[in-house]
Amino acid sequence: MEWLQQLINGISLGSIYALIALGYTMVYGIIKLINFAHGDVFMIGAFIGFFAIARWGLGFFPALILAMVVCAILGVLIERIAYKRLRNATRIAALITAIGVSLLIEYTTIFFRGAQPEAYPDVIPNKSFHFLGAQISMQSIMILSVSIVLMIILQFIVHKTKIGKAMRAVSYDEEAARLMGINVDNTISITFAIGSALAGAAGVIFGIYYTKIDPLMGIIPGVKAFVAAVLGGIGIIPGAVAGGMVLGVVETVVSALGFSLWRDAAAFVILILILIFRPSGIFGKNTREKV
Amino acid sequence: MSSKKLKRYASVFLASSLVVGVLAGCGNKDEKSSGGGGGNSDEIKVGLNLELSGPVASYGSGISKGAKLAIDEINKAGGIDGKKIVPVEIDNKSDAAEATAAAIKLATQEKAVAQIGSATSGDTVAAVQIANKNKMPVIGPSATSETVTVNEKGEVNEYAFRTCFIDPFQGQVAAQFALDTLKAKNVAIFSDSASDYAKGLAKAFKDTIEKNGGKVVAQESYVAKDTDFKSTLTRLKSKKPDFIYIPGYYEEVGLIIKQARAAGIDVPLMGGDGWDSPKMVELAGKDALNKTYFTNHYSSEDPDEKIQKFVKAFKAANSDQAPDAFNALGYDTVYWLKDAIERAGSTDGEKVKDALASTKDLSLVTGKFSVDDKHNTVKSATVLEFKDGKQVFNSKVNP
Repeated sequence: MEWLQQLINGISLGSIYALIALGYTMVYGIIKLINFAHGDVFMIGAFIGFFAIARWGLGFFPALILAMVVCAILGVLIERIAYKRLRNATRIAALITAIGVSLLIEYTTIFFRGAQPEAYPDVIPNKSFHFLGAQISMQSIMILSVSIVLMIILQFIVHKTKIGKAMRAVSYDEEAARLMGINVDNTISITFAIGSALAGAAGVIFGIYYTKIDPLMGIIPGVKAFVAAVLGGIGIIPGAVAGGMVLGVVETVVSALGFSLWRDAAAFVILILILIFRPSGIFGKNTREKV
Repeated sequence: MSSKKLKRYASVFLASSLVVGVLAGCGNKDEKSSGGGGGNSDEIKVGLNLELSGPVASYGSGISKGAKLAIDEINKAGGIDGKKIVPVEIDNKSDAAEATAAAIKLATQEKAVAQIGSATSGDTVAAVQIANKNKMPVIGPSATSETVTVNEKGEVNEYAFRTCFIDPFQGQVAAQFALDTLKAKNVAIFSDSASDYAKGLAKAFKDTIEKNGGKVVAQESYVAKDTDFKSTLTRLKSKKPDFIYIPGYYEEVGLIIKQARAAGIDVPLMGGDGWDSPKMVELAGKDALNKTYFTNHYSSEDPDEKIQKFVKAFKAANSDQAPDAFNALGYDTVYWLKDAIERAGSTDGEKVKDALASTKDLSLVTGKFSVDDKHNTVKSATVLEFKDGKQVFNSKVNP
């Protein structure tokens, strides 16, 4: 059952992309900014988790929560310091700032600890189950369930809570939301906090699943998650999840067919095709941009 | 001013500028051949162009430790012909462009007699052009790729040398080991398509296997910096190989081994000296590493007397840490350079180069070695095995 195995591989990879893509999509949905520093928040999350587990002896869940909290704070700081004052500037100015923040985080980390990689300790027993001839490791199951739980919590926050309502309102129309008495600044900060916390969680999960972490690890997953977010329809939360899964499975299939060297190319070909034929993504409605 | 007079002035001017030019040229030459001591003739400056940070930092810093131990020993024993060796260390950040810049600095500003480094073939190749142009011998302690000493046209890079054996040799040894010792018949290759080193090993391995009646059932590639190998490994597994050769560097190989074992691949795995890093055990995990082998330059557990003497000295200098192959190669490189400078009787780049090229049966820690006409070093290889996370000496293979 090679194909079932490959499907499982793809979904595990896809759920990590999906978790990162959620942060991209939420931030884009609310302030129309592609936050390129998001992949680096993911990297910081991976390192916080690493220190928590390897140096301070915490378990998986405390480490996961710690990484999420630290990343949430980092996300809010980035927003308050770098993006807030550019809210009325051109979108390209904000975008370039995002790239600047990304490089700042990467190289500050290298400055403090060097560029050498670090190996994640095994916190989840590496057992595996056999299922219809395919092998599913304990880690894959854990990753998938943590990702799904986090996505459900997110869906709940966005659709059932007051703050979620505020977020949706701000994303529809910032000015109108402000007139209705919504604290727009706080709502945007909370969006960054939630998105960054998810990236932090993805960082810890990535570390456990793939073992190796380094200060530049956020670049490729960050870009892939961006592709996933665009694929699903940027700004649409279920779209990010679907986009991530599709991307993970496509990449796996490309490798499984023996074109492992073309895997990254496949991801970017998808980005190009989507931008040409369906810029609003799988889940996006075709709306004309207001001028 | 008449035109005749002008002509005369002009010719005097031209002639004098020519003379000045020639003199200046001579001056430069003198300064260079007087030993690159930067004016100080009782020192021999040796450049260390190494990967002290970045992805393969553990190779570069290993060589640095070994080389510095050798330099200390030589200086304590009175130096080379009474001159002390002064190391000039530059971090090339595991980056070829930085390695070129460092080589330029060593050759033109520091006026080093020779450059030791870099650790990887790619970073060493990056310095070769500079070396040829400035007549500064470059010795890559662990640059195993053939392309270091021979360029694409098949010409020998006059000023490039290496302390280690070359890639094809590691590939041959691995193939022989797989066929003879492990009795493998259907082998698979999973190599790094972005590195000349891995491609060289893979090619030699494949050729030797096919020549000796084995069969390569699958050949797959990955790109350095990849983290997810699961899908390719699943594909490899379905081809049912009884041995997998994974030439590459520890950063990816560690992950590959871990993911391979998790995917249920339990056949023996083997690679080259790129596997030699303490990080390997952390990345792959102790259990996953059982039944894995790699070819290397030396083993600290080799009972050979010269090796044990080095191990003792290294442990004394480095808080009881056993030296790995990079430490040993760095150490040997300095002693080889010393031998060459002594035989050349000078620190002139050209003479040192000739002495290096004519080395024969020089006995050092990593074996007795000679240099052939392609500047390839001919010496023995050691096969090591991982047992519960420890590297264990398995056997020694002569060329």
